[in-house]
Amino acid sequence: MSVTTAHPPAGPAAQHHHEDSGLWSWITTVDHKRIGIMYFLTSLFFLGVGGIEALIIRAQLFTPGNDLISAELYNQLFTMHGTTMIFLVAMPQAVAFFNYIVPLQIGARDVAFPRLNALSYWIYLFGGIYLNVSWFVGAAPNTSWVGYANLTSSQFSPGLNVDFWVLGLSILGVSSIMGGVNFITTIINLRAPGMKLMRMPLFTWMTFVTSFLLVTALPVIAVALILLAFDRFFATNFFVVSAGGDPVLWQHLFWIFGHPEVYILVLPAFGVISDVIPTFSRKPLFGYPVVVYAGVLIGFIGWGVWSHHMFTSGLGPIADSFFVASTMIIAIPTGVKIFNWMATMWGGNLRFTSAMLFAVGLVALFTVGGLSGIMHASAPVDLQQHDSYFVVAHFHYVIVGGILLGMFSGVYYWFPKVTGRFLDEGLGKVHFWATLIGFNLTFFPMHFSGMYGMPRRTWTYQEELNVALFNQLSTVGAFFLAASTLLLVWNIWKSLRSGERAGHNPWDAATLEWSIPSPPHHYNFPALPEVRSRDALWNPAERAAIEAVTLREPETEPEMPNPSFWPIVVALGTTATWALVMTGRWWAPLVGLAFTAVGVYGWAFENPFRKQTTHG
Amino acid sequence: MMKFARTLAGLLGLVLLAGCAGEYPQSSIAPTTDFADTIQGLYVTIFWWSMVILAVVWVVLAYILVKFRARPDSPEPRQIHGHLGMEIAWTIGPALIVVAIAIPTIQAVFSTQEVPEGAMTVEVIGHQYWWEFRYPEQGGVVTANELHLPVGRPVSLRLHSDDVIHSFWVPQLGGKRDANPLRAVPEGQEARYNWIHFTARETGTFMGQCAEFCGDSHSLMGVRVMVESQEEFDAWIEDLRGGHATPAAAPAGVPEDAAEGAAATGADPVGTAAGSPEDPALVEGRNLFLANCSACHAINGVSEAGVIGPNLTLLGRRTTLAAGMLENNVDNLVRWISDPRSVKPGALMPGLEYQGGRPPVVWPAFNLTPDQVRTVANYLYSLR
Amino acid sequence: MADAAAAVAHDDHHYTATGLNSWKVGFWTFIGSECLFFGTLISTYMVYKGASLAGPYPMEIFDIPLTTVSTFVLLMSSLAMVLALDGVQRGSRKLALIWLGTVIVFGSIFLGFQYYEFTHFVHEGLTLQHSVFGSTFFVLTGFHGAHVTVGVIWMITLFVMALRGKLPPGKALNVEIAGLYWHFVDIVWIVIFVLIYLIP
Repeated sequence: MSVTTAHPPAGPAAQHHHEDSGLWSWITTVDHKRIGIMYFLTSLFFLGVGGIEALIIRAQLFTPGNDLISAELYNQLFTMHGTTMIFLVAMPQAVAFFNYIVPLQIGARDVAFPRLNALSYWIYLFGGIYLNVSWFVGAAPNTSWVGYANLTSSQFSPGLNVDFWVLGLSILGVSSIMGGVNFITTIINLRAPGMKLMRMPLFTWMTFVTSFLLVTALPVIAVALILLAFDRFFATNFFVVSAGGDPVLWQHLFWIFGHPEVYILVLPAFGVISDVIPTFSRKPLFGYPVVVYAGVLIGFIGWGVWSHHMFTSGLGPIADSFFVASTMIIAIPTGVKIFNWMATMWGGNLRFTSAMLFAVGLVALFTVGGLSGIMHASAPVDLQQHDSYFVVAHFHYVIVGGILLGMFSGVYYWFPKVTGRFLDEGLGKVHFWATLIGFNLTFFPMHFSGMYGMPRRTWTYQEELNVALFNQLSTVGAFFLAASTLLLVWNIWKSLRSGERAGHNPWDAATLEWSIPSPPHHYNFPALPEVRSRDALWNPAERAAIEAVTLREPETEPEMPNPSFWPIVVALGTTATWALVMTGRWWAPLVGLAFTAVGVYGWAFENPFRKQTTHG
Repeated sequence: MMKFARTLAGLLGLVLLAGCAGEYPQSSIAPTTDFADTIQGLYVTIFWWSMVILAVVWVVLAYILVKFRARPDSPEPRQIHGHLGMEIAWTIGPALIVVAIAIPTIQAVFSTQEVPEGAMTVEVIGHQYWWEFRYPEQGGVVTANELHLPVGRPVSLRLHSDDVIHSFWVPQLGGKRDANPLRAVPEGQEARYNWIHFTARETGTFMGQCAEFCGDSHSLMGVRVMVESQEEFDAWIEDLRGGHATPAAAPAGVPEDAAEGAAATGADPVGTAAGSPEDPALVEGRNLFLANCSACHAINGVSEAGVIGPNLTLLGRRTTLAAGMLENNVDNLVRWISDPRSVKPGALMPGLEYQGGRPPVVWPAFNLTPDQVRTVANYLYSLR
Repeated sequence: MADAAAAVAHDDHHYTATGLNSWKVGFWTFIGSECLFFGTLISTYMVYKGASLAGPYPMEIFDIPLTTVSTFVLLMSSLAMVLALDGVQRGSRKLALIWLGTVIVFGSIFLGFQYYEFTHFVHEGLTLQHSVFGSTFFVLTGFHGAHVTVGVIWMITLFVMALRGKLPPGKALNVEIAGLYWHFVDIVWIVIFVLIYLIP
């Protein structure tokens, strides 16, 4: 983001032009592309934060009985590592792609509710900042990212740590629900003519499924957090055993959200590689409807498997069996996706660009995580593996091997669209191989440390366990992985300045975002193209027809939403409302609420559109 | 291709299953009970299925990546959109494997949760950050952190917690179960416990630790299980029940009947010698214990009122202190009593002075000099 | 939510793939989300049913006839909401004001009943902290009450707009979406009334 220029007052009279690059134009932007970029950069920043937390964790675990850092600090670090990576990195990174790519893929000029979109971003940013402010007051959350009751009660966690966690996550939840509403509406309503549901690119499809999961799963965690907040601030009895409350209820509520959350994280990555693999195989996605329905099915069944996180909590054999069965069933559509990706590549012309390498890496490594998942799905086996490093290995294969590789694939794939320049492919390949080595070196040994009895969330381990070697490998791998990720940052930095210029469809891809100039105009499409098939740009006649519309300079600029500063006002108000609950005074949140209300009214009565009659 | 897959799987399997208990005392794949055996059987089955699937996926993937890489002269690939037969095949195939895994899994889910006939119940209570064991069928004797069990006899552990959720995990004896805090229930309803059932088939000492994050010192909440012959176990129970008082030196305030009980059993010779009541240093240690420690700690036959901290009967016989964190000797006892939170952040025991830790709890300090601490430690170590 | 107000006027600029108005689609999605929110709160109440250690217990303290009256008032406000929308669509400022006013009054009466009920329960010894029943009951009905309050404020906003003549038929969608919200909150109350008050 560049230096501030003089900011004229916002409003219809100001007639902002999109190419404005002042700070104010970013603060007030409602352009989905800019918001997508802000989401991406912010999530990259938090990836650094969560990564540093991970490195300190790994340094502490380098030797048995180490006391490099205190247990208290360690517990804050692993809690914030998990919370950061899930809520501040993985989810928003996916949302960054939703923002930038989905409207382009469906032929829309923006999302359905541009200002709501900006609001989602600002709340995410402020929520992330609020959560991390806890470090500076020495009270970062310290009860793990799942925050099991009753450890989180005032009795056992009297400090501010859990307050930051419960309120911070509540703030972030608001952002996610609004994002979900926005993308569902966008995908239902803003598809270009002829873009039927079953013609949508897979990434859009998976965004669609993910958005439904966001909208339905987040309210459940919201209620859980509200109950916890009431227990802490108003001395209610939800998780207080002496009053008849049940801590296991927290686990149910958390995982009813938490398991759909896993699919919220992974489906976007599946979507990315379902677009990348066909492009670089020069073949349509094998079994498109099957891959779509498998994604939808995963979304549905994902609601019925939550208690497989709770096999040790004593649900009884009947419940255990039910969740064993449902969890095993969900493995099937996931497997189907893997086979379809492979069948897509079969017989194709595979071009191993960096994006393709990361996509193939996902197929290979996610399979490992999926298979160890089948092991935990067997409840008795899970009694050994649950809460051990074996599980840590499992979900990092899913989250890093699946989600992060998928997102990296997306970065290399869409960077030319976003910036008009390629990322350095040579550096990209080094990045891929370094990631692959670092990743496996970090997480593969964890299978062993877990199997040999090292529980997760432990500040240290005893020498007698004989797991030092595995931990040392993991630590070395973690630093290697971190260094390899810096390569990407360097690549982005370098390529923004001097990357090779890319045309509007540099990969010869088939989907609609590649029919417009790179980078796109702020209005995306001068006029709405008509779509007649799934891989529209691979049909020469259709491509010509579409590009005749999409590459044309319009005579008059399409009417676009006005910039607005109300989203940031409402976001500040919302964050303040929750944050002020911390003060423990009942009237304090009302101050934030009043601020929010001012923002909402300002928002509701401003003119969201501008009329641009000339094109500059 | 399958042959290669098998070889690969064999190699991986060798690495994965080679762990023997000696090298890895907390290994989850070195079973010594029927419960752990059942889990191991399932695990091995699923492991091999996984290896087969992994091998197929990786080998086919490798083949594709080599065979179909784009060459300058590659023709435009055939634009295939799908194949129903293949889709059905790779849905049914994994589905069958999943069924093959699910059936024995569900059988095991039920069989491992059945109460075995004639099982001996032991109550396991999790505390921040130590374990309490009660033997209701042995007259309710209590011990801490080192659980003694007889070999070859079915055992049912009844788990609950005194504060937050803990999870009892001794991998070689079987899977973990959470020790949940007991929920108060309205009259007429029963509280719910979690159970672990198993029959140990080997004697030995098995290591474990808390597996559910429970606070500052979660990582320092170890447990050891001593599986012994029935005779050794019975003798240990008897000693535990007898406690440590002898009439000659019973200080004021010790209940007469407890002292008699101890005399009647005739504690083991070592204990009698070391804990000799004539030794004035030990008598002083006992008095200091009664004055400073007995509000929280019990020693059978000496003072049985304290139930907040671990029961210290036969402390000298334990192999470790502070839930498996320190080797049991007088120096470590001194260190532990003087500054418990340097060993275990968040431990509730007072120390000689407040040494930090998480605010806002203000810890009380013992009213003891360092010399007195050593006297108490000597006394406690003599309890054998 | 109030965002609906302004954007609607520009709706005709939007092509939509389904022909449905985006605000309606978005709002229905939001209501779906709210269903899960109240569903979870209601489930929590049901899970904790009979878990209280000390009275007063639900059936000792609920005043069914009184709550029936307040439920009826809220139901009638939904009817008024329908008529208000009809008034706006027909361009009748008078009808719009009458029926929006009725919604506001009935909603406020409902809130008054709730205030009375809460203070009465507290007087009887049932507080937020007293028992699991107290905690689940007050949090569930409290969040519903908060939703009604937001609805009343929204209706007042529309009322003022109508009063100033800024609610022409072209802006009927504003009222329609407010109505969706109002009916939803009403239906949630009926579910609460049946599950929590009527089923012993």
